[in-house]
Amino acid sequence: MSAKIEYRKKEICVLLDGEIDHHAASLLRVSIDDAVLHKRPSLLILDFGAVTFMDSSGIGLVMGRYKLLRSVGGRLRVQNLSPAAYKVMRLAGLDKLGELRQKEVV
Amino acid sequence: MKTENEMRLEFRSKSVNESFSRTAVAAFVALLDPTVEELSDVKTAVSEAVTNAIVHGYRDAPGTVVLAAAVLSGGRVRIRVRDKGIGIADIAQARQPLFTTGGGERAGLGFAVMESCMDRVRVRSAPGKGTTVTLEKVIGGK
Repeated sequence: MSAKIEYRKKEICVLLDGEIDHHAASLLRVSIDDAVLHKRPSLLILDFGAVTFMDSSGIGLVMGRYKLLRSVGGRLRVQNLSPAAYKVMRLAGLDKLGELRQKEVV
Repeated sequence: MKTENEMRLEFRSKSVNESFSRTAVAAFVALLDPTVEELSDVKTAVSEAVTNAIVHGYRDAPGTVVLAAAVLSGGRVRIRVRDKGIGIADIAQARQPLFTTGGGERAGLGFAVMESCMDRVRVRSAPGKGTTVTLEKVIGGK
């Protein structure tokens, strides 16, 4: 797992890459929260386009970031989700916390 | 039921081993020529069970996780994940979606995900003794 964090004016985009499990999520959380608390963005984008595996720790990661964003007055968008990840996140009710976007089918 | 193949792993309750254990099980199950979705389901369920053992079972003190996988007749795969950790007092409550003792970073969906990925999920546990999760799925293949 790796993550590339891009800063765009009032936005932060995190490009996630690889497998998200409990181990990876606990490392990702530290670097994402560090960036959010430093920049206090109006929008945090979590891009799942290069994620190859995700268990329920990925849901926990999104829920935790939502709470943090709300505390700094920002919004959350989760994008480029695989159909399976999109379905699980909707079942968990994450579409009520932020914007969920599926990967575009080419 | 006749056992056609078996394997067993023992590893320390370190979170880096979540990836190791699901990958090892995936390689074992791959011998049955599963579909991509079947393999992904098995990996996800194993990841949830092993994470529970590490995060909850061995919350207070590290220990050993034992994972045993068997191929039974008819392409049925049975995977047991066992810890000797703190155990679960109320199994029905633990299996409820969104219930967690893990705090704000845990979704409480571990058992719900296991149930959606596998045909059968059984939990045996005793406080102070540990927990065994048994996962079963028939691999139909292509």
